[in-house]
Amino acid sequence: MRAKKARRKGLLIDKGLYIMMIPALILVVIYSYGPLFGLVMAFQRYDIARGIFGSPFIGLENFRYLFINPNFPRVIWNTVFMSAMKLVFRFIVPIIVALLLNEVQQIRFKRTIQTVIYLPYFVSWVALSGVFINLLSPSDRFVNEIIKALGGEPIYFLGEPKVFPWVMIITDTWKEFGYGTIIYMAALTSIDPSLYEAACIDGASRFQRAWHITIPGLVPIMVLNGILSLGGLLNAGFDQVYNLYNPLVYSTGDILDTYVYRIGMQEAQYDVATAVGLIKSGVSLVLVSASYFTAYKVADYRIF
Amino acid sequence: MILHKTRGEKVFDLFNGILLIILALLCILPFIHILALSFSSSAAATSGKVAFWPVDLSLNSYQYAFQNPAFLRAFGVTLVRVILGLAIDMAITIFAAYPLSKSNGQMPGRTIFAWIFVVTMFIGGGMIPTYMVVTMTGLRNTIWALILPSAVKPFNITVLLNFFRQTPKELEESALIDGASQMRILMRIYLPLALPALATLFIFDTVFHWNEWFSGLIYMDMKANYPLQTYLQGVIIEPDFTLLDINEIELMSKISSKTFQSAQIMIATVPILIVYPFFQKYFVKGLTLGSLKG
Repeated sequence: MRAKKARRKGLLIDKGLYIMMIPALILVVIYSYGPLFGLVMAFQRYDIARGIFGSPFIGLENFRYLFINPNFPRVIWNTVFMSAMKLVFRFIVPIIVALLLNEVQQIRFKRTIQTVIYLPYFVSWVALSGVFINLLSPSDRFVNEIIKALGGEPIYFLGEPKVFPWVMIITDTWKEFGYGTIIYMAALTSIDPSLYEAACIDGASRFQRAWHITIPGLVPIMVLNGILSLGGLLNAGFDQVYNLYNPLVYSTGDILDTYVYRIGMQEAQYDVATAVGLIKSGVSLVLVSASYFTAYKVADYRIF
Repeated sequence: MILHKTRGEKVFDLFNGILLIILALLCILPFIHILALSFSSSAAATSGKVAFWPVDLSLNSYQYAFQNPAFLRAFGVTLVRVILGLAIDMAITIFAAYPLSKSNGQMPGRTIFAWIFVVTMFIGGGMIPTYMVVTMTGLRNTIWALILPSAVKPFNITVLLNFFRQTPKELEESALIDGASQMRILMRIYLPLALPALATLFIFDTVFHWNEWFSGLIYMDMKANYPLQTYLQGVIIEPDFTLLDINEIELMSKISSKTFQSAQIMIATVPILIVYPFFQKYFVKGLTLGSLKG
């Protein structure tokens, strides 16, 4: 009670609270808000010698240049296709695996499987690219040997434009699904066990119990997860694609982020690259806001 | 609970178990293949004889990796980066999350400050403008380029903020009556109670700093400043012999690049794989806290 009274008088406002935040505020202003000013480059013919303040403004010329360039619409399509497929698989596979794991009665077996399936999540795409380049090369004895044994022709997985996006989608699912199951496994523990007991007494089969108790118990989290993931539609996975693609598969494998990197960092067209970045950020902002707003409305989700 | 299993259930259990074992094998066999390659002789590796067990057991690749000055230097850069980066990230996260976990009454302006951080999860200048800011602030070619631009992690701040909020108010109120400062309350009451959340953030931040490679690639002009993953990326993706010195070329000629690469992949991966199972129970808790609140 005394504390409450004191707070009303404003006695408990401790300057220390503000001082603590200063380092974080300084860094966020410089490195998160600072780059926003650089976005004006998207409307300039940027000249390194003259800098942002001296370079001439050219209106929407950089954007026009992008859209008359046949590469750009293709890059957008590649990004959306790869990313949408990854979202679908990342959504479905963890749910199925969590349901299967939930049916396992031996705790130790269950835990071992869990630990093993989210191992790939912790390995960098750099190291994984080394793994997959080895594994998928036509000369390696695994995947292609198996295909040959089954009577097929060896496939150059990382060099064939038709196959490449699916290699990205499948390897991404492989890396992420185990980690994705954690959330569902945690949610499963919060389902009231008495529901299962009651169902048992009523003679419900295991399939019926899964269908009528477990799945409905997971629906709120499925909805929330699904909605929130939509905000990442333009993030098709730079680390993965950059480390596995090559000029042979640019036609289907090039995504927004790799495109920005190549024209910006390698060809030093800062202005055009920034224009691409601006388009991506703009669209992403709309998507993320919409998804978080929907999550707030549907699931009462709050960030803080 | 389950008294009798029908025959159908037993069959299901069997298939379910087999399916899960296959899934687990799919996750781990690629690494075992690389591990086997790294311990094989180069002849066996290049002729494609190695499956999941080393052929002509050989430690040469590891010997060369640990004798390779470029590799060791990159390893050192990563160690420094992980230690410094972790210390700075954790301090920043704690000291930003604590004030933001207070009510607006206790800390006027709290909601606005919280949004200042959260908004940066959704908007940013992108690759090129960020690169320019890092250049302008003089971080290029220093270890700070790998640490400072990403030191504020708004997602981590919200995880910890939400955790702090679950601490019973009464603890703080009685400490305030005793005249404790906020700093003291944070250190003595909130931090010890937030250990599961802190452990979660700790492991994810370790993984982040260990695995992150892109800032090394764009902010470092000299290969000598590369962290391990950036160095590894160069070895795997674009072996550029102009970057190697005479000693390295000599080393490369003695061993197959396949076993050498595999050994380096293993060395760069194993430390993380050793650490993460220990944190499993924490990050299951921390993750569900961060992303879902009922």
